[in-house]
Amino acid sequence: MRKLLLTSIVFSVGLIFIARLFYLQVYNQDTYSLYDDNAIRKVYDYPKRGYVYDRNGKLLVANQPSYDVMFIPREVKPLDTLEFCSLLRITKEDFNRIYDKAYIYSPRLPSVFIPQLSREEYAVLQEKIRKFQGFYIQKRSLRDYQTTIGANVLGDIGEVNNAIIDNNPYYNMGDLIGKQGVEKTYEEILRGVKGIKFIQKDRFNRDLGPYKDGIYDTLPKAGHDITITIDAVLQEYGELLMQNKRGGIIAIEPSSGEILAMVSAPTYNPNLLVGRQRSANFSKLYNDSIAKPLFDRGLQAQYPPGSPFKVLNALIGLQEQVVTTDDQFGCRMGYYVGSRRLTGCHSHSSPLAMNGGIAQSCNAYFANVYRRIIDKHKDAGDGMDVWSNHVKSFGLGNYLNNDLAVGQKGRIPDAAFYDKWYGKDRWASTYIISNAIGQGEVEATPIQLANMVAAIGNRGYYFTPHIIKNIEGEKIDSKYTTPNYTTIDKQYFEPVVQGMFDVYNHGTASTLQVPGIEICGKTGTAENFVRINGVKTQLTDHSIFVAFAPKDNPKIAIAVFVENGYWGSRFAGRIASLMIEKYIKGEITRKDMETWILTHGLETEYSKPYSGKPFTINKGATIDIVEPPKTDKDLKKNSVNVKAKTTN
Amino acid sequence: MQRDYKSFRLDWLTIILFFLLVGFGWVNITSASHVGDIIEYFDMNQPYGKQSFFIVLTLVLIVIVLSIEAKFYERFASIIYIFSIISLIGLFLFGKNVNGATSWYAIGGMTLQPSEFAKFATSLAVAKYISDMQTNITTLKDQLKTMAIIVLPAILILLQNDAGSTIVYAGFFFVFYREGLQQIYLIIGTAIIFLSVLALKFGILYTSIISAVFILALYFYRRKKKSSIIQSIVILLLCIGFSFGIKYFYTDILKDHQKDRISLWLRLEKDPAKLELMKKKEAYNLLQSEEAIKSGGFTGKGYLEGTRTTGKFVPEQHTDYIFSTVGEEWGFLGSALVVILFVALLIRILHLAELQKSQFSRVYGYCVASILFVHFMINVGMVMGLIPTVGIPLPFFSYGGSSLWGFTILLFIFVKLDSNRINEW
Repeated sequence: MRKLLLTSIVFSVGLIFIARLFYLQVYNQDTYSLYDDNAIRKVYDYPKRGYVYDRNGKLLVANQPSYDVMFIPREVKPLDTLEFCSLLRITKEDFNRIYDKAYIYSPRLPSVFIPQLSREEYAVLQEKIRKFQGFYIQKRSLRDYQTTIGANVLGDIGEVNNAIIDNNPYYNMGDLIGKQGVEKTYEEILRGVKGIKFIQKDRFNRDLGPYKDGIYDTLPKAGHDITITIDAVLQEYGELLMQNKRGGIIAIEPSSGEILAMVSAPTYNPNLLVGRQRSANFSKLYNDSIAKPLFDRGLQAQYPPGSPFKVLNALIGLQEQVVTTDDQFGCRMGYYVGSRRLTGCHSHSSPLAMNGGIAQSCNAYFANVYRRIIDKHKDAGDGMDVWSNHVKSFGLGNYLNNDLAVGQKGRIPDAAFYDKWYGKDRWASTYIISNAIGQGEVEATPIQLANMVAAIGNRGYYFTPHIIKNIEGEKIDSKYTTPNYTTIDKQYFEPVVQGMFDVYNHGTASTLQVPGIEICGKTGTAENFVRINGVKTQLTDHSIFVAFAPKDNPKIAIAVFVENGYWGSRFAGRIASLMIEKYIKGEITRKDMETWILTHGLETEYSKPYSGKPFTINKGATIDIVEPPKTDKDLKKNSVNVKAKTTN
Repeated sequence: MQRDYKSFRLDWLTIILFFLLVGFGWVNITSASHVGDIIEYFDMNQPYGKQSFFIVLTLVLIVIVLSIEAKFYERFASIIYIFSIISLIGLFLFGKNVNGATSWYAIGGMTLQPSEFAKFATSLAVAKYISDMQTNITTLKDQLKTMAIIVLPAILILLQNDAGSTIVYAGFFFVFYREGLQQIYLIIGTAIIFLSVLALKFGILYTSIISAVFILALYFYRRKKKSSIIQSIVILLLCIGFSFGIKYFYTDILKDHQKDRISLWLRLEKDPAKLELMKKKEAYNLLQSEEAIKSGGFTGKGYLEGTRTTGKFVPEQHTDYIFSTVGEEWGFLGSALVVILFVALLIRILHLAELQKSQFSRVYGYCVASILFVHFMINVGMVMGLIPTVGIPLPFFSYGGSSLWGFTILLFIFVKLDSNRINEW
């Protein structure tokens, strides 16, 4: 027993040690990676970020160098602080504060002394930096916007946050990444691949030289340039027209699905999100929770589509053969079931067939068509699903699944939706009659409506709307070059297109005609509600307009939403017509329309609901008379003289 | 035939294990201490070059130790001991202070650390005294006298501010126990360790409760053997008293850095701000060495490829923390091998000690095993974070002439004694 004590202790200690080694080195072991080894410094070499061009080859986004003054506190030798501070335009106190802060962080590691010098400051300092030991200038690359438009299209880049770093091993603290717009969707193509050097360091963080003579080091790969489908001239014009209004414009080339313009109002100058002022400006934009300049209304705002939706019901009615182009329906200033008026209408001749129904936007006509579609089947649910599938084949009710950074599904109800709402078999076509005229439960984003119009202009198919036109050295995704067919046969489109053409000829948009261009369009006026302090409040109707032109082989399809702009041809119709003329002719002949749009704004109307005072809508809506921007400089300043007046 | 057998009675297994450890140690010292390329193995400006030189001198020492008559060590044990004590006392007059400890003589460009040599000297003295016909280790008088032999050098070393080397002398307990020390000492020793850990980790109240439960259980278990209730109560009071004592010792007597080491080991510090501070000071070595061992993984990063070793992340890596180099560059396989080599050497020594016919040789063998074991356990345990930080070298492995020579002499005197066992009648 006594002989065995030490022997057994020696054995046990040996076993415990091996168990501990096993725990440390085998069990509790992540696979070793050079990247995680903090004895190895990783030095990254960032490639040039790709440029962005518009469809006509105009350079929109380039890069600009930016210069940071860096220093290593321990290496700073006594210097002429007076001269140094005056060069950098800082005070002696600033100097001491920055120096002390960096010294506490680490005396041996480089810290930023002054970030992002201006070019002039750099030019002066560059000559003299040699006199100040321990200081040096580090070059970084920032985005350089060659334009003041398209902030929502182009997006911006900013430093990666922790969530991104955790999920994507490519990024490190301080790396830049696309935050919005094409910078975000085409991040990997634009950024290229950074190169890396591994450097052995010691425990004081000093470099000892390349790790294993650099066998693991890689070279950077430059980012690719991209061309986007946006027409910068049209985009700029759209942004100009939308001044002092809120809403969105989406213009698409129907034959390709390329997005020609993507306007969201209000917007901002993309140069605000570059450089030293980025975070301050971003907070300002982000915190504007009423105008929401960062909210892309063209892509994200879900509005009731209103009357433009009627043309879909006409198409579905024809496809389902529940109505012919000659069937006429009467209208007594609304649609009645028994003595109950389900929906109102405005004054126009009655009865109307399809062409007149579309041109005059008759609510009663479409209420009848819609009921016939739903009631074709014994069970309203079956009819509803058939209808829902037709509508969805136009790209409505779901994400477009394209290359835009943001988007919304919109909403197209089906039988299950109403079964849940009312209970199974407890509803009928009369319950959901508002869908006939694009109110009620249907919702769509401007881009979805523009795409719908493109499909009508193409007589039955569309290309997924996209923003990429060309990537240097790469092909674009084939899903953008394959047509998506709708469930409506080609033959049924012609009468509907003719109806939309007659909207311009003698219908609700007859005042908006553009000489020399055959435009097919449809006005829309959508009731809408918001919650203000918890109370559901109705606001002035949204002004909506969709159109394509020319009538045959259309070059442009467009959807315009102007929030609280009242009836469709008032704001949206004018803007759509001007955009079409600008794109097809390159110049404006309807100067009267242009002047009207540029001199009228809605800011007072937007502020009314939040003023706390009682306010009137629609007939009591307010319109601002504004000075039109005379030059580009005025445009950028965004300062206008506002005189408010109330219509009627 | 007989003659051949006698002349080759050196225990080659021990010697092979010794050379494996020294050789592997040198390999790792090279890795831990080299700066830039290794050009010259005997470069006296580099620790690994010096170590090469120390190893060559070791060979000379081995030859000398083995060629001296075995009887010499027994006969001159007391003289060697006294000489060693004098060398320790001399430090107070001529010693050189390195890192706060006055443990070195500076001779020319070299330094010598007499405490490394005091270990074998004390071992010889202990073996000599216990194996004396007059000595009976079970009597209190002889226990005290043997204790005195150990405590004298231990105190001298403690006074030189080298607490680590002092702890090693506790290893002699194993020797006494083997030679017949009463069981009660083992029980008391174990109890002290348990009570200390309990009192510091969980506080006096819990320690008292746990002791009470334990003693009560023991009382009922042993009731048939007529143990008295009063005796149990006295023991309990002693336990509680000891808990207070250890708490006082910890808070009022230990120096701050020692306190921090224990606090780290038992994870007593809960304040995150203080922990952060400790990570930069007291715990820095430990964290870096654990990190280095961990990063080695199963097979290690390869010789001279350890990134933390190359970057000198672990301070004192070529001396006390040499095991972390093994961990990083040779991985689990290499470190486990080192542990196995040490266990094999210790078991071999203990086995040989039991075979000895003279009590002197047996006691000395036990002394060798005990001292090597305590070093091995504390050093490797400390580097892996199992034991509070105590600065003592890993025998045969760590850089340093004095310790290498001290351990070599310690071990080879036993090899010599063992080779002479056939002549002992």
